[in-house]
Amino acid sequence: MSQSVSERTRIKSERYESGVIPYAKMGYWDAAYTVKATDVLALFRITPQPGVDPVEATAAVAGESSTATWTVVWTDLLTACDIYRAKAYRVDPVPNTPDQFFGYIAYECELFEEGSLANITASIIGNVFGFKAVKALRLEDMRIPYAYLKTFQGPATGVVVERERLNQFGRPLLGATVKPKLGLSGRNYGRVVYEGLKGGLDFLKDDENINSQPFMRWRERFLYVQEGITRASAATGEVKGSYMNITGGTMEDVYERGEYAKELGTVIVMIDLVMGYTAIQSAALWARKNDMILHLHRAGNSTYARQKNHGINFRVICKWMRMAGVDHIHAGTVVGKLEGDPLMVKGFYNTLLDVKTDVNLSQGLFFAQDWASLRKCMPVASGGIHCGQLHQLINYLGDDVVLQFGGGTIGHPDGIQAGATANRVALEAMVMARNEGRDYLAEGPEILQAAAKMCGPLQTALDLWKGISFNYTSTDTADFAETPTANV
Amino acid sequence: MRITQGAFSFLPDLNDAQIKKQVEYCISKGWAVNIEWTDDPHPRNIYWELWGLPLFDVKDPAAVMYEIQECRKANTTGYIKVQAFDASKGCESCVHSFIIQRPSFEPGFYMQRTEVEGRFQRYTIQSYAVQSKPVGERYA
Repeated sequence: MSQSVSERTRIKSERYESGVIPYAKMGYWDAAYTVKATDVLALFRITPQPGVDPVEATAAVAGESSTATWTVVWTDLLTACDIYRAKAYRVDPVPNTPDQFFGYIAYECELFEEGSLANITASIIGNVFGFKAVKALRLEDMRIPYAYLKTFQGPATGVVVERERLNQFGRPLLGATVKPKLGLSGRNYGRVVYEGLKGGLDFLKDDENINSQPFMRWRERFLYVQEGITRASAATGEVKGSYMNITGGTMEDVYERGEYAKELGTVIVMIDLVMGYTAIQSAALWARKNDMILHLHRAGNSTYARQKNHGINFRVICKWMRMAGVDHIHAGTVVGKLEGDPLMVKGFYNTLLDVKTDVNLSQGLFFAQDWASLRKCMPVASGGIHCGQLHQLINYLGDDVVLQFGGGTIGHPDGIQAGATANRVALEAMVMARNEGRDYLAEGPEILQAAAKMCGPLQTALDLWKGISFNYTSTDTADFAETPTANV
Repeated sequence: MRITQGAFSFLPDLNDAQIKKQVEYCISKGWAVNIEWTDDPHPRNIYWELWGLPLFDVKDPAAVMYEIQECRKANTTGYIKVQAFDASKGCESCVHSFIIQRPSFEPGFYMQRTEVEGRFQRYTIQSYAVQSKPVGERYA
């Protein structure tokens, strides 16, 4: 009869009995859940440990990415806890992959701080990827609701305004990365920029690992590069740019480098993805305020984006970076040296450029989404591409893209200007042929050969690189369609 | 020097048949074609003179070609370009631009340099033709 006070006040509800109960029973699974327009939705590819039920695994992911911990806590009852619990609401088997499942999870919008990528990612990819109950986990796609998107700045400049500032319309932009990546002095570096721009490129570019090393400090580089840009602009009558990499060890360094680049007169600066989401958002605010185009190099992304069973699909990174506010992002080439299945790459490009995104399972787009007037982010195609592939590049990538031929410009035997001119002539000839209604994909090689009759450097380039292609099977492929990856 | 603004400046000058095909492409996309001319082709001169309004209602490429001929008659020595505008949501901007006439001699630009503090420099791009002659007398 004489119960102790702790016995008398113990919570009677089964849900709050101390101990470990399945996540699905804790309120993180609701098959009847009706998705709200304001919910953040996430789709995970889940590989449960052997013996773990897929529904329970999905509920566990929902729990660990929202309110749950490994055991029951009575302090939940001090909150309107059902609102804060993410709801796993659907589990589908992955086609042709018996041990994997697609788990759909809905999160209440108010779980996330307005305008903070760091906050939403700390939830969605915070702890859960190390969770023992799943063997592997991949964040495949997200639906960011209109209401939450409206709290983000989005691209500082965007595709439309970038083109208006550059005065370039009706064709893809052309760029090249200065090579070698490391070791050039500022003076020699500026030479490469001048030659490439004068030869016909719109942009040159610092590489991701060019910041301010002993062989070339950043001021040295910026001064010589701007000299090259302006000389090339005077020589061609075109607006030209070179992505000055302002990434540094601290935000103080980043701002200092950005201010200096702006005062010199550059139209574009760049940052690296490895600087982190908060730093990227700060750089984007600075870029908007200072009329600067902001290029993002996706340095590091393949450490988590490439393998199909674990990590983050690159399309999610595309979404996050468009929210964070960058104007350019490397998004694949299809035919180049880096990972990129054609349909997957198309999905990335659509994610960056759409006003509204529709569901397209073969492109890996699982959710429809309105982009809430966020500007368009320019995809950049870089890595092992050359002018002999222009018909394929235009076919796969369209007009709103920066085609960057690094080795394909600087590696030209007749020099950098000749390499740049070969690329520009090839590009213009292909765009003209497409607009004229020709079957440019099939006739591509002939179109290029005809253009080369009027342009010696193009002939040299076509002869040199005619055998170069990178026909490897992609690791990140569609689950819902056949995807040929060979290029001809 | 050859000013290389626009989509096709690295190719030989377009003949009328080629221009017409580009116009047809633009009209097929639902874009409004527009003709502009200038004798100040500075890279930052956005506002070339309009040859009338953009041809919003015109669906016949021949009508565009007629206006091109008229613009050429009125501007025999300067630069003329054809542009296209896309009014659809998410664009609402220029989507094509190419030069269809240029002077027989293009004097081009020079870079004026002002040395300021330390090694810092300020640059201005000036046009040889605009510097020396008024409108209408810049190109022979």
